[in-house]
Amino acid sequence: MPNIAMLPEDTRTADPWEKLRLATRARIGLGRAGDAMKIADVLDFQFAHAKARDAVHTRLNVAALQAALPGAIHVHSEVEGREMYLRRPDLGRRLHPDCLAQLPPGDYDAVFVISDGLSATAVEQNALPMVEAMMTRLSGFKIAPIVIATQARVALGDDIGEALGAKLCAVLIGERPGLTVSDSLGVYLTYNPKRGTRDSGRNCISNIHAHGGLSYNAAADMLAWLMREALRRQLTGVGLKEASGLLVAAEEPVALT
Amino acid sequence: MGNFAHSFRGETYRFADLKAVLACASARRSGDELAGLAAESDAQRVAARAVLADLPLKIFLEEPLIPYAEDEITRLIFDTHDAVAFKPISHLTVGGLRDYLLSYEADTAVLTRLAPGLTPEMAAAVSKLMRNQDLIAISRKCVVVKKFRNTIGLPGRLSSRLQPNHPTDDLRGIAASTLDGLLYGTGDAVIGINPATDNVQNCISLLDMLDGLRQRYDIPTQTCVLTHVTNAIEVMNAGGAMDLVFQSIAGSEAANEGFGINLNILREAQEAALSLKRGTIGNDVMYFETGQGAALSAGAHFGIDQQTIETRAYAVARAFSPLLVNTVVGFIGPEYLYDGKQIIRAGLEDHFCAKLLGVPMGCDVCYTNHAEADQDDMDTLMTLLTAAGVSFVIAVPGADDVMLNYQSLAYHDVLYLRSVFGARPAPEFEIWLEKMDMYDAAGRMRLPTPQNPVLRRLIAEHRDAA
Repeated sequence: MPNIAMLPEDTRTADPWEKLRLATRARIGLGRAGDAMKIADVLDFQFAHAKARDAVHTRLNVAALQAALPGAIHVHSEVEGREMYLRRPDLGRRLHPDCLAQLPPGDYDAVFVISDGLSATAVEQNALPMVEAMMTRLSGFKIAPIVIATQARVALGDDIGEALGAKLCAVLIGERPGLTVSDSLGVYLTYNPKRGTRDSGRNCISNIHAHGGLSYNAAADMLAWLMREALRRQLTGVGLKEASGLLVAAEEPVALT
Repeated sequence: MGNFAHSFRGETYRFADLKAVLACASARRSGDELAGLAAESDAQRVAARAVLADLPLKIFLEEPLIPYAEDEITRLIFDTHDAVAFKPISHLTVGGLRDYLLSYEADTAVLTRLAPGLTPEMAAAVSKLMRNQDLIAISRKCVVVKKFRNTIGLPGRLSSRLQPNHPTDDLRGIAASTLDGLLYGTGDAVIGINPATDNVQNCISLLDMLDGLRQRYDIPTQTCVLTHVTNAIEVMNAGGAMDLVFQSIAGSEAANEGFGINLNILREAQEAALSLKRGTIGNDVMYFETGQGAALSAGAHFGIDQQTIETRAYAVARAFSPLLVNTVVGFIGPEYLYDGKQIIRAGLEDHFCAKLLGVPMGCDVCYTNHAEADQDDMDTLMTLLTAAGVSFVIAVPGADDVMLNYQSLAYHDVLYLRSVFGARPAPEFEIWLEKMDMYDAAGRMRLPTPQNPVLRRLIAEHRDAA
């Protein structure tokens, strides 16, 4: 049994929740106004929800990214507008045919695709440092020009990787925002990307952000290891997950809890 | 069968088959639009309802939506259909059933006898002809009572699942959230954790902790770690403290395959749980979750609209006499239920169809951050569901699930619902709350301030035991 409460003997005046809060980020020990939450807690919740919604609905600043990444190519999915993006994940997985001409095939080991996903905020905060951390770790790799993809789901990387003829596609994508963290980045790695790849054929590194999440260096070490092993073994997904012993195979968000 | 057509002011609307009538008759939702099954216009939707209203109920016994030979859920539905119970309504149309269910004649006793005579497709069909108030009024008359260590589903009662999830399954963090929830008098349906790490050893540790907590405070409730049913079997073989076997289920054999289950695996797990004899006043040992969109997301919906195929999952649930079932209505995402209006409608439909079929339905009144919904929508849905007599709701600290990253109800919300409706927790649990001196003189939960004697006692006992 864990010792959940090492409180001072006299709890008459101290907040008995103080120590317990160290063990969880959950909103425990809130007060009450009658049956309801106190106004400060109501507003704190609303603020967190607003930040999460803003992360979902903010447009990715593509020009700023392109300025920081000379030569980066901007493509988009078949989705038009955020509402369609949320309603039609199938269209967010397909490259718009007009963009194909921007992706001439070449002899590439890997392509990095920076995708807005469900949080443009996550991309704006974390994509550049993550790409920089990768570039120092991939000597000997033939890397394609960086692709910036908007209104993108993970599987859009399959169309992009296939068009470029890249052996590996690493999609850096904004994860679904929570109340606590609204700018978390995920990376999905796919060997031999092509349309119709199953999610069990990818590896995922999730929870990359600056508020107690995975650091850029730690994530980049993992990703670089995965990329080298994926090329050597010619696979990603469950097979590579088992080889690594520490990383999870990628899955789309599960349907039920 | 079939001429599925309706004329209105000289315009004729035709539908290809029974599935198309059902799909087009559904209230608008993003999942049916994603699947390409939804009505193309509001007028077509109403025309489909008019066609549906005139169809005889018997059509659902003649035309299985998924062929009998191809799907074990269809076989379950047909093989367990009670023709005697069906007899009193066998002459009715779907529209006639709607009117009958609303009649004074159809009281609790009548509806209880009728349940085994209804198939999921009949329940889904009639729900599509109902306004929200019809769904509420009829649900309220359906009473489904289940027992393990307490009694869930009695009229005038509202139970709750205390959901103390933690992003890394930290035992102290989970215990802290549990203690918090108990001080709001929640947890009579179950104290249930969604594990962050879904393996057998972790599951056993979590179950040991919850079981220790339950026994120390002598709480008349059940505990659960919502692990996959195949893990649950291993946990039971290893002697883990498993009260309830949990599993997500869906409405087709193929969709259940996507969850890695079938009816045989569920039977095996149920038998193992029954053999443990951990229930004190009953043997309802199963806990299921369902939700509209699950079958489509698994690519296993067979061209059936998401509400109808969801209802077929209740046939699976019904076969195992579960203690608890809940729809995770707003969790599955905006591509299935786009906004608050769609989530609210779906929550009421799921609850109605399950209760009509004799399934003890609760609800995870919830939403994700990419849905067009907020706390106001949850207030509406939980209030309507409590009016409808929902068996239980799920509650987490401050409405914020820090593990699954979505918003469910807050512990506070359970107090609001009890107070507005005069709804009380399960009777055995209520006695425990009284014994623990958790109610004040007016019968309300005491404030969990530092001065709260129960809080101090619980924490002191916890410290001594640690």
